[in-house]
Amino acid sequence: MAQVLTLVVAVVLIGFISWWFFGDHEQKEVSATMKDKNLQKVKVVVDGGYTPNTVVLKKDVPAEIVFERKDPSACLEKVVFEDFGINETLPKDQDHAIKIDTHKAGEFNYACGMNMFHGKVIVK
Amino acid sequence: MMSYQKRFWLALVLSLPMLVDMFLMPFGVMIPSYNWIALITTTLIMAFAAYPFWRSAYAAFKHHNANMDTLVALGTAVAYFYSIFAMATGRPVYFESAAFITVFVLLGQVFEERMRNNASSAVEKLLDLQAKEATILQAGKPVKIPLDQVKVGDLILVKPGEKIAVDGIVVRGDSLVDESMVTGESMPVEKTKGEPVIGSTLNTDGTLVFEAKKVGAETLLSQIVELVKKAQTSHAPIQNLTDKISNYFVPLVMILAIVTYVVWYVFLGASAITALLYAIAVIVIACPCALGLATPTALMVGTGRSAKMGVLIKNGEVLELVDQLKTIVLDKTGTITEGKPVVTDVVGEDSGQVLTVAASLEATSEHPLAQAILEQAKQEQLKLSPVTDFKAQKGMGVTAKFEGQVAFIGNERLLGDDELTTEQQQTLHELQAQGKTVSLVGLADKVIGMIAIQDAPKPTSKQALALLQAQGLKTVMLTGDNKRAAQAIAKEVGIDEVIAGVLPQEKANYIEQEQKQGKTAFVGDGINDAPALTTADVGIAMGAGSDIAIEAGGIVLVQNDLMGVVKALKLSQKTFQRIKLNLFWALIYNVVGIPIAAGVFMAWGLTLSPELAGLAMAFSSISVVGSSLLLNKVKV
Repeated sequence: MAQVLTLVVAVVLIGFISWWFFGDHEQKEVSATMKDKNLQKVKVVVDGGYTPNTVVLKKDVPAEIVFERKDPSACLEKVVFEDFGINETLPKDQDHAIKIDTHKAGEFNYACGMNMFHGKVIVK
Repeated sequence: MMSYQKRFWLALVLSLPMLVDMFLMPFGVMIPSYNWIALITTTLIMAFAAYPFWRSAYAAFKHHNANMDTLVALGTAVAYFYSIFAMATGRPVYFESAAFITVFVLLGQVFEERMRNNASSAVEKLLDLQAKEATILQAGKPVKIPLDQVKVGDLILVKPGEKIAVDGIVVRGDSLVDESMVTGESMPVEKTKGEPVIGSTLNTDGTLVFEAKKVGAETLLSQIVELVKKAQTSHAPIQNLTDKISNYFVPLVMILAIVTYVVWYVFLGASAITALLYAIAVIVIACPCALGLATPTALMVGTGRSAKMGVLIKNGEVLELVDQLKTIVLDKTGTITEGKPVVTDVVGEDSGQVLTVAASLEATSEHPLAQAILEQAKQEQLKLSPVTDFKAQKGMGVTAKFEGQVAFIGNERLLGDDELTTEQQQTLHELQAQGKTVSLVGLADKVIGMIAIQDAPKPTSKQALALLQAQGLKTVMLTGDNKRAAQAIAKEVGIDEVIAGVLPQEKANYIEQEQKQGKTAFVGDGINDAPALTTADVGIAMGAGSDIAIEAGGIVLVQNDLMGVVKALKLSQKTFQRIKLNLFWALIYNVVGIPIAAGVFMAWGLTLSPELAGLAMAFSSISVVGSSLLLNKVKV
């Protein structure tokens, strides 16, 4: 009896893991707000991932993404923007602004130092 | 929040009683009320040392993410909470598993963090090389100002032993400058009026005054740092596989752990606790970090080290392409050769007179051949005489009156064949066969001698080409020169194939032709090389002087020397090999480690307890980072 129960629980768990991690889950986009005429700013909270996951920036307006790392994990300690050559350490529980070059429109992915967590910047 | 280091020490100290118990167990000695001690110490370890893993794991879980923290959190939590349940129901406890996994994982993180910092700090150190202030001349008086206030056009005074603040051109003085920090060349370079100096290099013996040409982010050093930073964050195509794996890795490991439990408990009839220990071991041994770290750390160390040697590798993709190269096409002028014609032979009964006449006639000319003659005359300290009745004969040469007599310098067309003696004709043909440009020098209607001029190969070109061929590459020279001159140079430096008479805009077409036979690299230095540099699979730009070359090349050499190409290819190959080795190791570790932890090899007595699995995992990520750091020691 215990064996059968175990088997059922195991199947349910495996099903849940597959759905939770591999399934398609919606992520919302957030546009940057204009602090003043010459700077757009958007805040990204780093905690088990990047929230919001996708930020939208206006082209040709100087931009800053302010990262606040709440997560203690070494995995999320760095943020790497491959396209911009940015590889910065995010101090824990502090705001850390990173300037983004908005001269080129497009989608730019960023990730943590080990490429396990991903975020996206859209410039348009 | 405590640092990894603090968490590690705390966990280690708190787990000591359990460690002692483990060593005493074989002797039949038991610590009194061990379960209670273990419960209290492990609870403290979980609360302070392991809790951050749990917290991160939960935060990631909410975002449908899973990472290494997820695995560590699961492993420790399952062992810990099971033990509490076991204690309450009077079964054997496994607190030490939860405690030791935490200790080992933290130990791994402490080492890994330290090594990762080592790997990445190399580039930023380059910027520390900059001078902090500069002495500028204001109305002739020296004034010290901070580096960031230096403007283009400022005259900067550099005393011996001081650093050159920014990039510029020497206007006064001469000195030896140590440029090794930027170019990798250990010999100091002589600098006199008109020569460029590079910011952050060291002025060794004389005083120089130079005009600032590039400041701030424009300087060569800033550009190098920028370039290397980009390279270090770049993606190597070989990573695509691991990226795909890492997206599925952690959830898959969790599923594997459940399968392990089910197989042992349901199908093989093992006890619940045995099955649980195998499942925990599976979770703990799996190491996504080793996979994730394999490429970036090697890329970081490899590109950082190359930069110190004056070789700037743009990105990870270049590394892979270098590994597949079949052909290397080299531009002739300025790449294989000095790019500046020099006098190689002065022939005549009185060679001093030949050169004096020639130089006097050419004294006002801007033509490169004339410049070569004047340079030679200057070196031999000849005294030139002014000439009168100067006449330039288009495409032939010049005539003028030299000390009252009609003198000329030019090619054969300036005179009829009969004016050359048989001996002179023979010499002329011999020199031309060597690929040299020959100017005839005449005085009083008689040819008194001739001057041969050639754009000579750089001293290191021959050796460098031999080394490239030894690596199995086909070497091809591309040049706009005529075939004979090109062949002569090719023979001198030992090149496989010559394509002569190429117009600058045609270079890219020839690269495309070579590409049909395999991956092709192009080495060039000039602005007109940019299309060829971009067309080639690997564009190697020599002499980081021109911005366009920096932009177009996949590899940029700070020094204008072909040995740099050899170094660049070697370093790229070594780095790429290291990436492959790291990835192989990280994959094999998981592929072999997980089945062992799952108890697949139990029949042969090969099993792992959860805490040993934790140790193995810590070791695997440390070994990958260590392997990358070893790139600093590899011989090139």
